[in-house]
Amino acid sequence: MDSETDQNQDVSETLETKKSKFDPNTVWGTFKVALAMCIICSLVVSTAAVKLRPMQQKNAENKQKRNVLIAAGLWDEDEHTDGNIPELFKDIETVAVNLPGRSDDDPEAGTLDTAIDIKTYNQRKAPKKPDQGIMIGDQDVAGITRREKISLVYLVKNDSGELQSIVLPIYGKGLWSTLYGYLALDADARTVKGITFYEHKETPGLGGEVDNSKWKSQWPGKIVVDESGSPVVEVTKPGNASQDYQVDGLSGATITSNGVEKAVRYWLGSDAFGPYLDQFRSDEIATTEE
Amino acid sequence: MATTKARDVLFDPVLKSNPIALQVLGICSALAVTTKLETALVMSVAVTVVVACSNAAISLIRNFIPSSIRIIVIMTVISSLVILVDQILKAFVPSAADQLSVFVGLIITNCIVMGRAEAFASKNGVVHSFLDGIGNGLGYSLILMVVGFFRELLGSGQLFGITVLPLVGDGGFYVRNGLMLTPPSAFFLIGLFIWLVRSFRTDQAAHDPTR
Repeated sequence: MDSETDQNQDVSETLETKKSKFDPNTVWGTFKVALAMCIICSLVVSTAAVKLRPMQQKNAENKQKRNVLIAAGLWDEDEHTDGNIPELFKDIETVAVNLPGRSDDDPEAGTLDTAIDIKTYNQRKAPKKPDQGIMIGDQDVAGITRREKISLVYLVKNDSGELQSIVLPIYGKGLWSTLYGYLALDADARTVKGITFYEHKETPGLGGEVDNSKWKSQWPGKIVVDESGSPVVEVTKPGNASQDYQVDGLSGATITSNGVEKAVRYWLGSDAFGPYLDQFRSDEIATTEE
Repeated sequence: MATTKARDVLFDPVLKSNPIALQVLGICSALAVTTKLETALVMSVAVTVVVACSNAAISLIRNFIPSSIRIIVIMTVISSLVILVDQILKAFVPSAADQLSVFVGLIITNCIVMGRAEAFASKNGVVHSFLDGIGNGLGYSLILMVVGFFRELLGSGQLFGITVLPLVGDGGFYVRNGLMLTPPSAFFLIGLFIWLVRSFRTDQAAHDPTR
């Protein structure tokens, strides 16, 4: 205890010597210190934010492209690094698709929008903007309230320009958070080629297993859309998936599993990519009839 | 103050006055980040850096902090540091930053950072305060790693993502303990840890009011 009293005396002594120059415990002193703190801290924070932003944007862009590649099954974790991304991405065409609108003035659902700049379009922020997003209303099975009017879609082609897969951005509510991911469909727009979730805040080890590659590996080959074009995918209780439109859920994470099912159903449905994907399906039927 | 040795300042908080075990500070984040050792480790490093730097910064300006707004000043310093750490992580180690996304914000509200700034750094010199921050960060890290070790091993059969006990679901023999993946298990583990520490260091035991 003695040493503590000594300390306190030391402190009061140093305080007293300082007091002769500057006293922070007056109204003006407090005000000045508060002002100085605000200026210094905001300078530090904003300098860091501005200086580091180009690197963060590069990282974010690489991450987004990497996830498109993962969903399309073109990414090999052991082999590829961020340096391979430009080369892997060169056969991928990015298009902007008009999703179903709410008024007659909105462009027809499923058509391509050529006016927006694909490079600068921020799809993540679009749902919240009054001019770029809409309220979903009754059809909101994925629990996301609002969505964008225009969505980017990635068309993966092979060397001769044939369509290999269609990568769609999807999102939906899980237990704690919104899950953001990509769903890749085969050129027939019915069969899953891959799925990935790149952002969520689900419980690690339970719902967080949605990004476990073992779980995701169940998805390729599943036929998620029926003859009439409506989504039929089901995420079942673990171990109960027997049909080719069923996927085993995650054990201990029923709500997250249901969230994934609803997100996939919503985004493949008539209020989202349905009208766009129908074009691929009708093409398919036309070619088989010839 | 001169009698306090730098070594004591650095190592006392690890076991003797562990911030979690003795002071029971910062346990909220200890529940949140310990399901996997990897996130626990990244969180430990981040917290240690923030405590050490905020302690040093607070100690540097301790004579200029008006007592009426000292908590706000301390919070401002801590928040700025946490944002700085977050920005640096996002720029240089994006994969670790992704994992920490939720937890970085938690560092601001971590009672250890605030507690050490208020209790130690505002009364002591810069070097000692910095060492105290490192020490408390290490004490926090110790608990996080111990809790993370048991939770990941018993809950997922893995250590640092490497399978140690193959799960039945993957064709192994180990039936996972689902409780270990949920936050309450961290309470049990921290409770057991505190019990263990206090049975060896009886001076830490709280006074029993029934006696």
